[in-house]
Amino acid sequence: MTIMKTLKLTACAISLTATAVAAEDVEVLHWWTSGGEAAALNVLKDDLAGNDIGWQDMPVAGGGGGSAMTVLRARVTSGNAPTAVQMLGFDITDWAKEGALADLNALAGEQNWDDVIPAALQTFAKHDGKWVSAPVNVHSTNWVWANKALMDELGIEQPQTWEDMIAAMDKAKEAGKVALAHGGQAWQDATIFDAVAMATGGPEFYKAAFVDLDEEVLGSDTMKEAFDRMATLRGYVDDNFSGRDWNLATAMVINGDALFQLMGDWAKGEFLNADKVPGEDFACFRFPGTQEQVTFNSDQFAMFSQGEGVSDEQAYLAEAILSPTFQIAFNKVKGSVPARTDLDASELDACGQQGYEDFKAASASGNLYGSMAHGHANPAAIKNAMYDVITAHFNGEYDSATAVEELVTAVQINK
Amino acid sequence: MSETATARRSGSVDRFRDALPKLVLSPTIAIVAIFVYGFIFFTLYLSFTDSRILPSFGWVGWQNYTNLFRIRAWDTAVTNLIIFGGLYITICCLLGLLLAILLDQKIRAEGFIRTIYLYPMALSFIVTGVAWKWFLDPGIGLEAVVQGWGFESFTFNWIKDGDMAIYTIVIAAVWQTSGFVMAMFLAGLRGIDGEMLKAAQIDGASTFALYRRIVIPQLRPAFMSAFVVLAHMAIKSYDLVIALTNGGPGTATEVPATFMYSYTFTRNQMGIGAASAVIMMMTIAAIIVPYLWSELREKK
Amino acid sequence: MTTATKSGVNMGRMVLYAALVLFCIYYLLPLYVMVVNSLKPLSEITAGGMMSLPGDWTLAPWATAWSTAQIGVDATGLKPYFVNSLVMVVPAVALSTILGALNGYVLTKWEFKGATLIFGLILFGCFIPFQMVLIPMARMLGLVGLAGSVWGLVFVHLVYGIGFSTLYFRNYYAAFPTELVRAAQIDGAGFFTIFWRILLPSSGPIAVVCIIWQFTNIWNDFLFGASFSDFDSQPMTVALNNLVQSSTGVKEYNVHFAGAIMAALPTLLVYIVAGRYFVRGLMAGSVKG
Repeated sequence: MTIMKTLKLTACAISLTATAVAAEDVEVLHWWTSGGEAAALNVLKDDLAGNDIGWQDMPVAGGGGGSAMTVLRARVTSGNAPTAVQMLGFDITDWAKEGALADLNALAGEQNWDDVIPAALQTFAKHDGKWVSAPVNVHSTNWVWANKALMDELGIEQPQTWEDMIAAMDKAKEAGKVALAHGGQAWQDATIFDAVAMATGGPEFYKAAFVDLDEEVLGSDTMKEAFDRMATLRGYVDDNFSGRDWNLATAMVINGDALFQLMGDWAKGEFLNADKVPGEDFACFRFPGTQEQVTFNSDQFAMFSQGEGVSDEQAYLAEAILSPTFQIAFNKVKGSVPARTDLDASELDACGQQGYEDFKAASASGNLYGSMAHGHANPAAIKNAMYDVITAHFNGEYDSATAVEELVTAVQINK
Repeated sequence: MSETATARRSGSVDRFRDALPKLVLSPTIAIVAIFVYGFIFFTLYLSFTDSRILPSFGWVGWQNYTNLFRIRAWDTAVTNLIIFGGLYITICCLLGLLLAILLDQKIRAEGFIRTIYLYPMALSFIVTGVAWKWFLDPGIGLEAVVQGWGFESFTFNWIKDGDMAIYTIVIAAVWQTSGFVMAMFLAGLRGIDGEMLKAAQIDGASTFALYRRIVIPQLRPAFMSAFVVLAHMAIKSYDLVIALTNGGPGTATEVPATFMYSYTFTRNQMGIGAASAVIMMMTIAAIIVPYLWSELREKK
Repeated sequence: MTTATKSGVNMGRMVLYAALVLFCIYYLLPLYVMVVNSLKPLSEITAGGMMSLPGDWTLAPWATAWSTAQIGVDATGLKPYFVNSLVMVVPAVALSTILGALNGYVLTKWEFKGATLIFGLILFGCFIPFQMVLIPMARMLGLVGLAGSVWGLVFVHLVYGIGFSTLYFRNYYAAFPTELVRAAQIDGAGFFTIFWRILLPSSGPIAVVCIIWQFTNIWNDFLFGASFSDFDSQPMTVALNNLVQSSTGVKEYNVHFAGAIMAALPTLLVYIVAGRYFVRGLMAGSVKG
């Protein structure tokens, strides 16, 4: 991999002549373009402005950051990398491997990042012992969102086991409601699968299959059972699910057309936007069987090396991102929880506070796992190959036995 | 030719004048050599390397190709392209021809109608994608509307059905380009000698026979141009699929262009992506080169 | 061609017009959906009724999309991006058209050995899938120092626009009487004089076709626009995408539709204004070959 070196040389050469970012501005590539997200980023922007650092905005939305990553590839190849880039999980590791990221160790040491940021996040934020990115938030993905009124009406208690869950959904189905609101997009299918696999096989199994990519575990009967459960869940989803955006599925729960949705904590924003109160109008609880665990994904800002290591602006940006004020202010809006474990979360709402407590507890007990569906268990190639199998199975193209076989093949090809 | 006109004279000025046409053409030649053929060879080379997130130059032989053919989504993509391409080109040509013939009947407000038929070509699927998605969605689109009119049993849920979804892509694609094909045929029809038709009419040929025997055969060049434009659009179709189904349900509407993009960029498998690009280029060449060959040789 | 000379003509004409109108509906439907829903308040859209006319007509979504919608961190609306697009499209279309005209002129009126082969090779370039060239192109732009600039983007569109513009002009000029060129040559007219005085004045129809084609393709491009632009040169399509694809929060469909129509207006306008020359241009050039 010598290409990065040559690229860096060209980058230096170019920065002398053409489109170099002006000395005191940061150019930030991200995909947070909705009103709430942008408002949250504005907190950061204003903070920087207070220190005479300009914010050059480079938003590219679409595909859960996929479009932004393509753009990033073109930008880096042309020697015109942005200053900071919003990134997820293994993308950070991949870019760090290419030697493209700046070393933030000096700042991290000063700010004690090693102690306040959980080890599970450090897996991604650090590479070869060097801090390369600043985590903004932690989303957890094994949530169930429920319409409280519907639960009361049908006499449903918060389910504690898989059987409870099925019984509850049966009641909703009998009452003519959609039991499970779901959007048939690969990442949504995989989000459900994440929780189901964790509940079916437990954390050891989850780690062996999705992180260590143990082929025996991937091809095991437990995996087959997880797929069987997916097929069961499919029976509770309405017929028009395919291609539906997640927020429309959330709307079904909000409107009382559907009982449950399995989705990450960003779904909360939809409820709040609709003036619903957590605990009263809607309930949030962990997917039955994963009460102890938190599967997470974490948005981070990776700092691209601008020729000679980390710049002052980058260091300041990183510091501002991890500052307690920004962490709380941002996550209040975004629905996620802070990435550091030493903050006072009383400003967050009920679901947020529960999420933060769960996160800290899981982190302390070693139950914090990167979500496969959100690129925090294995690299993009494998993740997407797993998507293919999960989606094909969920759409009835494979039976569970075939799905297990295909899962093994998919990992073999893309390892 | 220019040589004969200038050969008698000599001197550096004349030599410059002689070389001028080639000089004018040379930037284009250089650009095409680098940015088309250079890049094609670069991709060919990449398809034999271990490139993942960025180009890398470790030689791996045919591995990317063997892996490519083991991936089921690639089979789906190729099959879909055959179904989509075949239907798209056929329907566009037939519909384009029909509309051109209808419009050629001394229609009042022809210009107005023609603009309506033609305008979809001006819009990208980034613009019309949401409208199409709504329209095809059984919950809010055509199905809901027709049922709302009282036809309760009407169903149109192709976009949610893995076996039928590819046909909804055909519907949207035909919508976009058939007007353009109509314009090409209309131009062809207007170029046909009116005298010949009058003569045939006097001989008592029916309208149908007139078109089948005389008019349509003369449209061969228009057919050929339409075919090339349509073939290249079919193979390059990307925005359309992303906007309508994003490859779903499952992988049911994956096509080679979306496959290549996702392997190269979202899946960090640049080697496999390059291999699929090479196969796409070879397919394009297999269709286009014979066409160019026959067209260009004839004219000499 | 006339078929309207027999009896029963009126019935036939009625069927004919009915068919034409039916097709008009097919082509107009998506645009109708967009326009209607861009003029409704959001509550009417979420309440259902995609096809129904607005109960409460409003222009607010248009105003929002144009000047206050959230595109990134700043709530600038699409306005600045519209300007970015114009600044990029105009030179790109002009340059590719001029170069195409010159190429067509050389390839038909100053034929040399291998000219046809070269034309074939240029034409084949039209068919290259754009996703494939992204990375090598980024590298080249970096090398020549055009990365992340408007001119870089113009250059990319020029490169991949030459194929079609050369095709149009070459086929058009092929039908142009070579004798006129020869006669001018004997009178001592030079290369550029002949082009300027003799060919260019009669190139109107094909120039229209070429400009429509290039303008549409370049204006609508997303991939190059997103990849090769900078924070201050992102084109309209990228901004529209940011508006429509935002990941969380309420989807303001009426604003999205207003923005989409806005992004489409320039190309629509070109088709409507220049549409009548389009068939004429096609007739003169590309189809007859």
